[in-house]
Amino acid sequence: MNRFSELHTRLDETTKTNVKIQALVDYFRTAPEADAAWAVWFLIGNRPKRIVARAELRSWAAAEAGIPEWLFDESYLAVGDMAETIALLLPAPESSEEISLHDLIEERLLPLRGADPAERRSAIRAIWSGFDERRRFVWNKLITGNFRVGVSRSLVIRALAEATGVNAPTIAHRLMGEWNPTPESFAALVSPASVETDATRPYPFFLAHPIEGDPAILGPAGDWQAEWKWDGIRAQLVRRGGATSLWTRGEELVTERYPEIEALGPHLPDGTVIDGELLPRKGDRVLPFHDLQRRIGRKTPGRKLLAEVPVWLMAYDLLEWDGVDHRGEPLEKRRAALGALAERLPKGSRLAVSEVLEADDWPALAAARSAAVRAGVEGLMLKRKGSAYGVGRKRGDWWKWKVDPRTIDAVLIGAQPGSGKRAGLYTDYTFGLWAEGELVTVAKAYSGLTDAEIREVDAFVRANTVARFGPVRMVEPRLVFELGFEGIQESTRHRSGVAVRFPRVLRRRDDKRADEANSVADLRAMIAVGEPMPPRSGMQTFFAFADDDDGDRPEADRAGPV
Amino acid sequence: MGDLLEVTDRGLYCAAGDFFVDPWRAVERAVVTHAHSDHASSGCGRYLSSTAGSNVLRARIGASATIDTLEYGEETSVGSVRISLHPAGHILGSAQVRLEHRGEVWVVSGDYKVEPDPTCAAFEAVRCHVFISESTFGLPVYQWRPDRETFAEIDAWWRANRDAGRASLLLGYSLGKAQRLLSGVDPSIGPIAVHGAVEAMTRAYRESGVALPATQPVSASERGHDWGGSLVIAPPGAHGTPWVRRFGDASVAFASGWMRIRGPRRRRAVERGFVLSDHADWPGLLAAIEATGAQRVLLTHGSVGPLCRFLRERGLDAGALATRYTGERDEVGDAAPSEDEPAVEPET
Repeated sequence: MNRFSELHTRLDETTKTNVKIQALVDYFRTAPEADAAWAVWFLIGNRPKRIVARAELRSWAAAEAGIPEWLFDESYLAVGDMAETIALLLPAPESSEEISLHDLIEERLLPLRGADPAERRSAIRAIWSGFDERRRFVWNKLITGNFRVGVSRSLVIRALAEATGVNAPTIAHRLMGEWNPTPESFAALVSPASVETDATRPYPFFLAHPIEGDPAILGPAGDWQAEWKWDGIRAQLVRRGGATSLWTRGEELVTERYPEIEALGPHLPDGTVIDGELLPRKGDRVLPFHDLQRRIGRKTPGRKLLAEVPVWLMAYDLLEWDGVDHRGEPLEKRRAALGALAERLPKGSRLAVSEVLEADDWPALAAARSAAVRAGVEGLMLKRKGSAYGVGRKRGDWWKWKVDPRTIDAVLIGAQPGSGKRAGLYTDYTFGLWAEGELVTVAKAYSGLTDAEIREVDAFVRANTVARFGPVRMVEPRLVFELGFEGIQESTRHRSGVAVRFPRVLRRRDDKRADEANSVADLRAMIAVGEPMPPRSGMQTFFAFADDDDGDRPEADRAGPV
Repeated sequence: MGDLLEVTDRGLYCAAGDFFVDPWRAVERAVVTHAHSDHASSGCGRYLSSTAGSNVLRARIGASATIDTLEYGEETSVGSVRISLHPAGHILGSAQVRLEHRGEVWVVSGDYKVEPDPTCAAFEAVRCHVFISESTFGLPVYQWRPDRETFAEIDAWWRANRDAGRASLLLGYSLGKAQRLLSGVDPSIGPIAVHGAVEAMTRAYRESGVALPATQPVSASERGHDWGGSLVIAPPGAHGTPWVRRFGDASVAFASGWMRIRGPRRRRAVERGFVLSDHADWPGLLAAIEATGAQRVLLTHGSVGPLCRFLRERGLDAGALATRYTGERDEVGDAAPSEDEPAVEPET
């Protein structure tokens, strides 16, 4: 645990990629396999299901610190992080205990699941009293299911590759699917020999980079294959050894959640992997992402839900056929194979092949993209002709050319303190638009300003508070901000009757007074309803929401094997 | 009958003696707890300062100011009010102001810390009826470790940078913090250079008899000077300005009580944060308040709300006093207190 908490400190103290990689390399070179396995498991974003309730931790920690619970809460507001607040408040350790990471997790943490509160409390106190502040912090992060350290999966993969000499794509592939944190898994992960892969394992997803500005920098339009950028859940359908597995980009196995997609399996030849997007589609139109969310959390959807929100697989690519990995082949070859595969499927199969948009030049594609805006598709995907299917978000061959975000001028009406890096500063803003002479909440956003602006707004919030509700301060409606967002839809849950998707602060509008901000009616007017897709698309869209492709989608909780 | 001290638009005013304590605007008569700019305004007619603090006060507010001085513990009378000054342990010459009028004793703490600091006289608790206390770090998450542990960390950081051929740029307020850093680091590790603003204050400290290791003003070095291995002490405002470019690939660290929390530490975008404050931590505030024996406690800046509630729950008559010592920040999480946020101080 010392080694792991030292790694945590080193990662936490720097923002430099090279320093982070070096810290990881040092760790992987020295840590025993049993520990390294858990470290990888945590670092790539897995979390144990929460074992202790926050309310319990709060009251136990306050008792240990000898302070009233309200003072714990005040401290938490200043710190912005539960695990850190506890680590800072606890009295000095009574002893120093050294325990390996895997023993800590397997012998001390996991057995707490299902234990009664008194048992959990005494076990957690025992750990607290044997750890210094740094280890307590990491331990608290582990038990609150909130371990995050600013390291991406691809960074971990790079470090593993550097530490072991195994190439990064191989490690990335071996990490796909359900990866169990055992010494054997770790050994297999970094083994120089090729190891037999799990029959259900998907390939690492290839992701697109956003393109800003003029796409002509990509060269002639004719070098690119354009497709609609759909907003659903990126997924791979794997058929091997007579079994069907459906994986989301979050590497969650969701086969039984989408029986209509699973039903495609028996019609696919053995050794087939399709890359595509799960889309809710009824008749000839795609339903809002909102509807798909009803399916996401449901392990076994009932007949009613299946009828109300049918899901299709919009196929983009064919990664494997005849049991052979064809990712290195040119795009056109894979697309042709995908087309042939789709044609052999029985009628009524829930699979559609993503259409290739024919256009001679960039203006034509730009026009198609603008048409897509009105229809609700979020833009175009551009794939370089002849390109291979890569790993991760590699620049160069795949681009997402999104429509410009929509913007509106809104008034700051409330704020609450942020967390983490922004702890103690009022950075989580609530914005309102005018409706019948009143400002009605339309969005909450907490990004987009510079540090200097954040401080100014923080000072404004403190100086202009008119009411408080818990941590939230309502402020004088004076500051106007331009907000960008990527989708709007009717909402019964919001007083304004409208909900925006991915709102963010674009800039301050000091040139505008609050009464010059937009109204809810202006926002509503931006909702595009029922406009048909451009011809040839074969699918009609009511409305689609942006997929930011970054995996922050509220898929079901990513709990791992523990 | 009103209170002995009341908040006016110009500062804490004592009508019985017709003077102000730490006014935030120029007034006729000012009793000054210490020379930090949010406590010592320039342009007042007459100042009353501790003898120990008069050099630094003059260095701050100008050579022509009229400054009367009192030794710690010495008494004087202004109108019907008896005034004496007592060590606050914050910076050189910092004082608590004791006021006595018709048998009632008020003490204004100014800023204070209770840990020993070799660069100034140690805090002394003064019995009183009403205690006006700062509360910059008035939350239990703020607890300082002993200085020697912090300085061992700073020394280790400096040594590692030296061995890697890098300069060590250590940020801390130019008055007080910088001199405490100078007195605490191990000067055998390498040369020490200081920013002009730090140099001016360090000179005032030396003139007041505080022993500090030898320093070189940064400005005295030639262009192209190799800063590898040097420790450079500069005010926080210097960070990110063209002035720091000369140090090349320096490791930058910040010494402040706010570095106790990870959020502010990361927000500063410095490599290291050392927890070192010239303000009392939570146990320090509680101990100091208790030692005064005061039944009434008025809190001025920082985490006023929580500390106020905590004291009330302990049976004290606690309240908030709306001063401007740190811009009326009145609750937890204020990340920009006076000690860390001086205006950019130009190199002189």
